[in-house]
Parts: sequence; C-alpha cells; structure tokens
Amino acid sequence: MSNIVLDIENVSKQYRLGEVGTGTLSNDLKRWWFSVRGKEDPFLKIGETNDRTQKGESDYVWALRDINFQVEQGQAVGIIGRNGAGKSTLLKLLSRVTKPTTGTIKYKGRIASLLEVGTGFHPEMTGRENVYLNGAILGMTRSEISRKFDEIVDFAGVERYIDTPVKRYSSGMTVRLGFAVAAFLEAEILVVDEVLAVGDAEFQRKCIGKMGDVSKGDGRTVLFVSHNMASIKSLCDSGLLLDNGQIYDQGSTDLMIKRYEELGLKFINESSQKISEIKRPRKDLGLEVKFIDAKILDSNNTETKTLKFAEPFKLRLYLKAIYREVQNIQLGVRFETGSDIYIASCLSSDSKRYFDIKDENNDQYVEVSFNEFYLTPGEYYITLSARKGKVFYDQVVKAVHFEILDYSDKNDVEHNNAWGLIKVESEWH
Amino acid sequence: MKQTITNSIQNEQWTEVIESKYPLFSLNLKEVWRYRDLVYMLVKRDFVTSFKQTVLGPVWFFINPIFTTIVYTFIFGNVAGLSTDGAPQLAFYLAGVTLWNYFQSCLNETSNVFRGNANIFGKVYFPRLVMPLAIVISNLMRFGVQFALFVAVIIYYMLSDGSVQPNLWVLATPLFLVMMAAFALGAGMIFSSLTTKYRDMANLLTFGISLYMYATPIIMPISAFPDKIKWLIELNPLTGIFEAFKYAFLGVGDFSIGMLGYSAAVIAVILMAGTLIFNKVEKSFMDTV
Repeated sequence: MSNIVLDIENVSKQYRLGEVGTGTLSNDLKRWWFSVRGKEDPFLKIGETNDRTQKGESDYVWALRDINFQVEQGQAVGIIGRNGAGKSTLLKLLSRVTKPTTGTIKYKGRIASLLEVGTGFHPEMTGRENVYLNGAILGMTRSEISRKFDEIVDFAGVERYIDTPVKRYSSGMTVRLGFAVAAFLEAEILVVDEVLAVGDAEFQRKCIGKMGDVSKGDGRTVLFVSHNMASIKSLCDSGLLLDNGQIYDQGSTDLMIKRYEELGLKFINESSQKISEIKRPRKDLGLEVKFIDAKILDSNNTETKTLKFAEPFKLRLYLKAIYREVQNIQLGVRFETGSDIYIASCLSSDSKRYFDIKDENNDQYVEVSFNEFYLTPGEYYITLSARKGKVFYDQVVKAVHFEILDYSDKNDVEHNNAWGLIKVESEWH
Repeated sequence: MKQTITNSIQNEQWTEVIESKYPLFSLNLKEVWRYRDLVYMLVKRDFVTSFKQTVLGPVWFFINPIFTTIVYTFIFGNVAGLSTDGAPQLAFYLAGVTLWNYFQSCLNETSNVFRGNANIFGKVYFPRLVMPLAIVISNLMRFGVQFALFVAVIIYYMLSDGSVQPNLWVLATPLFLVMMAAFALGAGMIFSSLTTKYRDMANLLTFGISLYMYATPIIMPISAFPDKIKWLIELNPLTGIFEAFKYAFLGVGDFSIGMLGYSAAVIAVILMAGTLIFNKVEKSFMDTV
C-alpha cells in the first residue's frame, strides 16, 4: 500500500461569468433537457481558459482545468501562482465547499480546511464560547475541544480575554484565537489559505512553526497557499505552480519559486522588451527625462546578461530629455530579486554627482561601476530612477535582468540559496 | 507529488471520494450524527445571543404572543365577532398564535439557510443539514417557553370556570410539533435551495407566509369558514394539526384522525422532497448564491 493520501484526477471547475439573471433559467432548462435525454451537459464543451486580462467570447470559464496530482503522507505542498490562477478554487474543492465540475478527488482521513480563521465567530459571544463553536464547525467534538482548550488559549495568548465577548477583541486577537482552534485540529490533511497575512510577525512565525510541526513532527499532510515566498520556502518541501487554471509545473519548492518569478516577469515584459517602452506603473512621473536603454558591461567592457561571481561590472544608462535640456538630474539604481526583495540602492547624489540631460540624441549615457558588489549566484533585476529632489522624472521597475553565474574557481564550496543574496568578505581572527 | 499512477492506487481504501456527480439519494445521515455537537453549539449560540444587551431578556419570549393574542382578541373576537367554537377567546387565539409562531419562524429561518450562512458555508465544510436542524431545535426552545404560558392560561380557565376541557390528546402534542417542524423544515429547505439561484423565491415567501396564515385555522376555527372554500382549507396540511391541537387543549374544533393522517402523508412527501433538493443543492450552491 502506497502512502498517497490525496489523489486528484482530471479535476476541472467551470464558473459562469456575469450576472445570474434571466439567462440562468433558460440555460438550466436546456441543461436539464440534455440530461433527460442522457446527453452531456452542453455547457461543458464551451468555456475558455481563465485569463482575467483578456476579453473572452463565452460566459463560461474554466477556473481549473484538468488538474492531476497526488500528495503523499507528511508532505507539505506549497501552492503558488498569480492572482486568479485557481489556487483558492482548488482549495475550495478540496475542502468540499463546492464540488468539481468534472473529475474526482480522493483522500484518506479527515481534511481540515482553513480558508479563513475564526469562521462562524459570533461577536456577542465570549472567547470561550467561540472556541467551542468554531471547533464544532471545524468538525471537533465538544470533549475533544475541552481536552485541548488550555493549549488553544495558551497558543493564542488571550487568557486574559477568554471570558470577554469577541467584539471587544482587537482584530489580531480574533485571528490568533481563530488560528489556535484550527491548529489543534486532529485532521490528517490540513489545507491552509493565506490566512496568516493578518497576524503580526511574531504570530506568523509561530503559525508557520506550528504547521511545520504538524507536517514534519506528526506526519500529517499540509497544503499551503501563499504569496509569501519566504513562508512557502520555510514550510513546504514541494511546490505546485498554477497558472490560468492549469498546472504550470510541479517540483521542489525552490525550483517552483524560480519558475513563478520567471512567470511573473514574463507577464510584466511580455509585450515590450525595450526599456523606453516598458510600462511605468507610477502615475506621478514627469517623463521630461526618460530612460531609453540600459546595458550591463562586464570587465572587458562588452555587453552581457550574465556575470561571473565577484566580477566587477558597469551599468550604462542611456537617457534622453524629451522637450529641452534638464539639469541636475539624480540617477538611482536598485538591485532586487524576482520576488521583490530589495537588495541595495545607489544614488548618484550619494557621490555628489548630478547630470544634465540634453534633448539632442539617443547616444548620451551615464555609466556607473560596481567593483565590490558580490551578489551570490542567481537572477537579479535592476530598477532605474531619474529624479530631481522629490520630483520623479522616470522610474522603470525591473528594467534590467541579469544573472550571476556559479562560483567558477572555488570548488571547495558548493553554493546554494541558503547562503543568502550577498557574499560578504570576512576576516576571521 | 508524482504523476498519476492510476493502476497501483485504484484499489485502495479512500475515506472520502469527491465526485462531480452524486446519485440523488446520497443522504449521509451518519455524517450529520457525527456533527451533533455542532447542532448543540449552534442552538446554544442562538439562545445565548438572542437577548444579549437587552434589558428584558427572555421576557421577550412572552411579550410577543401576549400582545398578538390581545390584538387578535380585540380585532377578530370583539370587532369582527368571529366564532371561536365556544372556547374562551384568549385561550383560542393564544393556541393558534403559539403554534403559528413556531411554524413561521422555523420556515422563515430555514428558508434563509443558504443565503444567511453563505459566509460560513463558503469557508468550511460540514453537513449543511446541520443548520436547518439547529434552527428547528432552537425554535423549539422558544416554543417551549411560550407553550408554558399557554398551559398556564389553560389551567387558569380549567380551575376558574371550566370553560376548557383538555383531553388525553394533549399527550400527542410532541407528535403535532414533530409534524410541524418536519413541514417547516421540508418547505424551508425547498425554498432555501431555490433562493440560492432565484431570489424571486425569497419575495414570494415573505408575503406567501402572511397570506398562508389566513388559510390556516388560527383566527377562526374551520367551522367558521364558508362551505365553498372549506375544502381548500382542508387541503392545507397545517389545518389537521391546528384543529387537533385545539381539540386536545380546548375541547373544541373539528378533529378527525383522518385529517391528521392526511397531514402526516403530505408532510412526509414535502420533507422528503426538501431533503433531496437540499442535499443536491448543498454541493455546489456556493457558485450561485
């Protein structure tokens, strides 16, 4: 007997767009008429992939399409994907809030779903009463809750308020109490949506730790949806990447996070590769001065997209004034990762350098060199900005993409991403 | 995760299989029983929270039937001069009001189960049948308090002038209640299921209930209805129950076992239909509610 505890086969979920109104009845009748004659539901044939940005032809979309995957006992699976990729729909199906349009989901043991914490909390009731009510909603019996009551209250850290109506609680306390109840569920499979985003950092860590214990210590299975790659990384040992309702890829957590970042960038820069054409998300840009292009130059002064580790490099920024010369421009570059972790920022004004940008040609550029900047191997992005004081003329998010290659000469250390983003020179005494 | 290895795992024991289609009769009462503590907690919630931050508290349970009865006595008894089959007006109207209140609140609340609890149903799974059951039970407690008031009134009349003569049928009161609860539950579940998609039903029910009250022998006994429409009133499954209840406690009314049997049969059909529809809708109503 294998230890697969969750098996999802060909699962699809179709939703109807637009309003449920007069058209509904006629569609229902049609559907019923087809089923009476023993035919397939006519509306299952239509329907498009769920790309929320594109205008579609049909009123029906597939929020999930042909999902197949299996989870083994004790695995912690991170489900990632952009907004609308189908993550929450998948969790809804797993927690039986709604049923799949086609396909089968099989599982062993109990599934406890945490799509929200504190479901059914009644503001007028005390913390104690709500623990019992919420526990019962999640499928615990009263004796089970009584047995764990002290632990729950202790985990939530709300002893003092336990006999006060929940409406007097701060929102953080409500969330703590809600999560605490769910954390002590004795379900074999735990399904968790992004519910932790509300608590404070200390409590979030506590929750991630608790879920880690649940999966690693007790051998229970956890499915976890989050946009926070750090918590996915710390909790999950494998990942499932969804896009437009389909499985884009599955594999190790690190690999999936990388694929997810690629996917996000593909989405940003899908149409425009030239820096002058990249869409500027900021709305308050003056744009009298614009970035035209940017190049990374390696130590031989040749343009590149890949650098060796610890190799000095230069960034050459092409700029142009649109109407007339603009003087005393400060330039800035920011290094960041695909998941928006800002690594370092450098402003030309730090070294008292200001530039006058002319409106003549496309060839004027500014160079900035980085000689002692040791980014560890991986992919990075550079965001550019041009401003004068507090006035932003231009800002291009993730304008430049480059990669630092793996250590070339030092064979005694193998690099992995547990090492952090920056290599710091240290002297040991 | 591995790609599907269908063959090797097909024969395993799964606790639960979620499919896109269920047979019509897949009612899982065992699961409902497993969630009995939830029913208890929901009933407790209703009871604890109904009178938080009120001064009079549970006294409100009495105020409603008392005032309704007084108004009925005045309007229907004195102004309109409707017959009560010879029973004291106060006891007659109170009997009707007490029963009707129970039926009406059960039906109203049950029919709103899916919409009113969409926020909970959208987040957690538990057998949805738990909710209507909790409603019927928590209303039973309210009924109990009002029924006590009614019994007190009956005893008063018995001792003071003997104008009411309860008989052994009072022992069948639990049966009457179960029948009414089943009716409200069945009809409520049908309405509740339809309202998830078609909100028209909610509007229909709102004025439907108030009209239905007049098709039920509450403000006058069935003998007071004109012969032409009597058959219509007799079609109403509540008629048998109300007449039997009044006969049991007041000793008046057209009570027949046949009528009660007819009510039981109709109610059984409605309850079955309601449960089946509810059971079908609960699986996917979140998409349309």
